[in-house]
Amino acid sequence: MSVRSDVLDQFKLVAQEQDKQLGSLGDDVPLLDLGLDSLGFAIVVSRLEAVLGVDPFSDDEGVSFPVNLGEFVGFYENAVQKRR
Amino acid sequence: MRTPCKSVASLKEAIAVGGIVPRGSLVGAQHRVGLGDFLQGSAIAADVETLRGRSVLIASADPFLTALALIELDGAARRMILFPPDLALEHLPYVMRYAEVDAVVSDGSFLTGASLGTATHSICRPTLVAAKRLHGERLATEWILLTSGTTGRPKMVLHTLASLAGAIDASPSPTPVIWGTFYDIRRYGGLQIFLRAVLTHSSLVMAGPGEPAAGYLQRAGEAGITHISGTPSHWRRALMCPEAECIAPRYVRLSGEIADQAILNSLRSFYPNAAISHAFATTEAGVAFDVRDELSGFPVGTLADAPGVEMKVVDGTLRIRSGRTAKCYLGENPPVLKDAEGFVDTGDALDLRDGRYYFQGRRDGVINVGGLKIHPEEVEAVINRHPRVRLALVKSKKNPITGSLVVADVLLEDFSVPDAEDAGELQRTLKQFCRESLAPHKVPTAIRFVPSLAFSASGKLVRSHG
Repeated sequence: MSVRSDVLDQFKLVAQEQDKQLGSLGDDVPLLDLGLDSLGFAIVVSRLEAVLGVDPFSDDEGVSFPVNLGEFVGFYENAVQKRR
Repeated sequence: MRTPCKSVASLKEAIAVGGIVPRGSLVGAQHRVGLGDFLQGSAIAADVETLRGRSVLIASADPFLTALALIELDGAARRMILFPPDLALEHLPYVMRYAEVDAVVSDGSFLTGASLGTATHSICRPTLVAAKRLHGERLATEWILLTSGTTGRPKMVLHTLASLAGAIDASPSPTPVIWGTFYDIRRYGGLQIFLRAVLTHSSLVMAGPGEPAAGYLQRAGEAGITHISGTPSHWRRALMCPEAECIAPRYVRLSGEIADQAILNSLRSFYPNAAISHAFATTEAGVAFDVRDELSGFPVGTLADAPGVEMKVVDGTLRIRSGRTAKCYLGENPPVLKDAEGFVDTGDALDLRDGRYYFQGRRDGVINVGGLKIHPEEVEAVINRHPRVRLALVKSKKNPITGSLVVADVLLEDFSVPDAEDAGELQRTLKQFCRESLAPHKVPTAIRFVPSLAFSASGKLVRSHG
């Protein structure tokens, strides 16, 4: 499984659980237009920590927050890369 | 020079202070009213005098209307009850009974279908109509704020304008200030910003009901906001919008949740020209202090140095005494708000490391999901109603987006721990069961089945917090 597919899977699963309609999953779609609210994002990030073993949002150095889906996937790919 | 707001008798008098028309405006998603307009106009028109001395519940979908009603009624009503937008109407009879509500001001549709008993009902409108300024006797209006309680019933916290405005410096700013906030003004954090704007004759740009962060940021940017507040969760969400670039604040304020170093650093790099501070305040204890060194936690010296506030740490939690604390709770068998010496126990546990205190979560286990507080007992009571469940333990899991999430350990009726496939099915069932009676942020995001739960010698479920 690639990081990208893990990320997309979690978005789909959480949207389904939260009864939200997920929009298109293109790289340039703004994160806040995907159809998940803050709670939904929080759950995605929590599940990804369990699946991928990383939580790039908790970096104490402060982070440049991802704004679209492509950046979000890249954010996790980098974190997984860094850990290896 | 610092002008204490304690001298301010009512919001309308504060607007009229100085004898000049104040420059600030209240800006909602659809409407705008100048503070000076209140000197000649009214949003409740003919009805303000009929509400004099009454206990008035203010309920509206749009916080903009609540803002107008607060200005109209402060100093005239005996009591104002700020009904929050997300409180279920099933709690309305309880609130009305124990806050002794005998009048309601609404937007005309928010309370449709609700029974108001013998209370009168007036409509607040988003545009002011000409009205004479009346000089009736001014009352010290009580402000009732609603917060979450252990059973789902709201706790009603009684303040006055003096206690709410105790931390506000009312001297005018040399350069115009335009406030923004991600908070709803019916929450303590948002109300602080509303009062700051009105008492200092500044403007406030408010989010509309359900307005997405992106749209709000765009409007705030167009309005030229200079100062903006929100919880760390609000800020994390804002930084994920391209529209975060629409604003260029001089001052960024965080409150309502633990501000971690990650969000402080992210804001620093995103808004390089802003002063950034995180404040500690609770609905009950009031505003205690601001931390301006851009580090999480706060220096030990803050406990002794906060102007106008006495603080101490007893049994690991922060206790506060000041003129900004609430007076008491209203309600059925209201809990005690202050101890015999007048200190409020915030319930926030502190850990001392290298000369700095860090917040460790809540002693009573209250879970803070993006600024919304959840009592684990309320969620446990729901899970425990499911026939397959013997007992549930609900706790907090740290999360970088919302601060915390709700999770649960569940002991099944037959003490079994299901295998992965059955567990998945049962987790889905229990979450659905919770969704039927709980708000989304209260539904456990993860459920773990355990073979046992620990009990203390006194027979209580062992909770480990922090």
